Amino acid sequence: MRREAPRSWRDYLPLAFPAAMLIVFFVVPFGTMIVVSFFRRQQAGFYTPDFVFTNYARFLTPFFANVLGFSLWLAIAVAALSMIIALPFTYLLTRAPRRSQTAWLVALLSILALSEVIIGFAWSTLLSRTAGLTNLLVAVGLMDAPQALMPGFGAVLTAIVYQTLPYTILVLYPTMARLDPTLAESARTLGASPIRAFFTVVLPVQRTSIIATLIMAFIFALGSYLLPQILGRPQNWTLSVLITDQAIYQSNMPFAAAMAVFLVLVSLGLVGLTLLLGQQREKTS
Amino acid sequence: MRLALWRGTRSHLHDSFGLTMPGLELKGVTRDFGSIRAVNDVDLTVPNAHFVCLLGPSGCGKTTLLRMIAGLDLPTAGSIVLDGDDITHVPLHKRDFGMVFQSLALFPHLSVGENIAYPLRIRRMPRAEQKRRVEELLTMVHLSGYERRAVSQLSGGQRQRVAIARALSVSPRLFLLDEPLSALDAKLREAMQVELRQLQQRLGITTIVVTHDQREAMTMADTVIVMQGGEIRQAASPTDIYRHPADSFVADFIGSTNLLELVRGDGGPMLLGRPSRLALPYAMSRAIVSIRPEDVRITAPADDVPAGTVTFIRDLGGTVEYFIDVAGTEVIAVTTPHERRPVSIGAAVGLLLDPAHCVVLTR
Repeated sequence: MRREAPRSWRDYLPLAFPAAMLIVFFVVPFGTMIVVSFFRRQQAGFYTPDFVFTNYARFLTPFFANVLGFSLWLAIAVAALSMIIALPFTYLLTRAPRRSQTAWLVALLSILALSEVIIGFAWSTLLSRTAGLTNLLVAVGLMDAPQALMPGFGAVLTAIVYQTLPYTILVLYPTMARLDPTLAESARTLGASPIRAFFTVVLPVQRTSIIATLIMAFIFALGSYLLPQILGRPQNWTLSVLITDQAIYQSNMPFAAAMAVFLVLVSLGLVGLTLLLGQQREKTS
Repeated sequence: MRLALWRGTRSHLHDSFGLTMPGLELKGVTRDFGSIRAVNDVDLTVPNAHFVCLLGPSGCGKTTLLRMIAGLDLPTAGSIVLDGDDITHVPLHKRDFGMVFQSLALFPHLSVGENIAYPLRIRRMPRAEQKRRVEELLTMVHLSGYERRAVSQLSGGQRQRVAIARALSVSPRLFLLDEPLSALDAKLREAMQVELRQLQQRLGITTIVVTHDQREAMTMADTVIVMQGGEIRQAASPTDIYRHPADSFVADFIGSTNLLELVRGDGGPMLLGRPSRLALPYAMSRAIVSIRPEDVRITAPADDVPAGTVTFIRDLGGTVEYFIDVAGTEVIAVTTPHERRPVSIGAAVGLLLDPAHCVVLTR
């Protein structure tokens, strides 16, 4: 769909509205955040305009390095785990009868209607000692006594994956559904077992959409600040939790802004690296 | 380079009784989709190194039949036997067949060379050998030097050749093609038909092609199989099927023909209102006569030949077609420009229908 290239400023007019929206709701707040991150904090809870690096210098400590490291590790784990579950699920879903496909998609969409708070407290009940899933296992006779599965890393991971999974599946679904079924059939006639056909043809063909989905799940998990607080111990808190803590409870806007800017830069860097690696592999193959 | 996993299981009893049949044999193959019977009780024998075209209108069951031979679909009933082994339930990836799909199904993430090497890679052939084989195949399909190209950089005809090379890379026991040339333009399609036939003859490989194009089938096949409604209507050589169609469907589907009614009159069989020397089949009061347009000759009107009026003349340069109305029945006659008769639209003409060129059909 290539049309004439825009020539005069009039041709750019249709872009004005989205551009204005982007400026007002994205560029201005983000710019403010960058500016504030260089301000000096007042003990009373305010800040004065300045240009200092103390806010950035403050998280060059092992504590913040640890938290950042944990945040990234959690986000990577969430992205990988959602992908491992979503890929075969979506593949089988696209091969299921039309009616059951619709039922599954509606169920997945309904999960998106749940707020993060509800998901957090629902899982905290499900993983608790008094009313949790372990009681079921005890009733069946698989366990001796009910156990608390939260707070902990496992609980945080489970809940975030639960929250990310519908998005992952819904993003993968369209490309997977449009995949030419004769590609896999052709691989089979050429001698590949069903599993080899999946790994040598079905997956590589959708590489771009898989990478995009991984990045989406990664960023989604990186921004999670409620679930780690409800279901995790302090050592399971992510950088987002600390940012919230600094911004709202400690009233340290400049430091919170500095952390947020740093988080954005690190995640942008990782996303760029992923895209670069994906492109390079495409060239060599 | 073939996997011989299941060929070792051939029954020795069969061998010793001389019951094995080289080639492909379908025995009572049937396929139902819900309440619809797509293929109904098909029996078919294809000798080795034979080229067979499955021909028919869409929905006649030809693609379903091919998919069952390939193993992409299981018959509801019946069995498929290859060189004496029942392969009905052998998983498709263990059959060592080569198949070209209508969509070609080239892998977009692999280069031309990698596409062709795919079946070799799956069978863990050493790298150096793979490379040698890929070069050999590319030369065979006239694409030497295209090894590193991306599939998306190729033209339709080149993609076609890559798909053929890939299907042939392990020297398959059967070469199956589903409407392989339908995406190409008319000129290229005709050239590829000839090329495909020559390739098949050179390799001596048993080949089954599904097509809805009767010219394609006539060009390539040793045996043309006309299917309709899930059943085989006729299986014969291209000349036979053209000259001696088994029924009116086949006569009409292969080339163009005039289907005329032969009825029992007072003095004997009548064709187009005139007595005919053709014989009606025993105990039948009417039958269908098929005569090809090129066998209908135009003469001056006379009492003993069917008479009609020319309603339209189509001069195609190479051939001239006359549309003649004979008491409500349209008869088409085709001549070459050299035999062109000085008649114009509205002229009254007589028709010579040589009984030697007429085929009397019972259905």
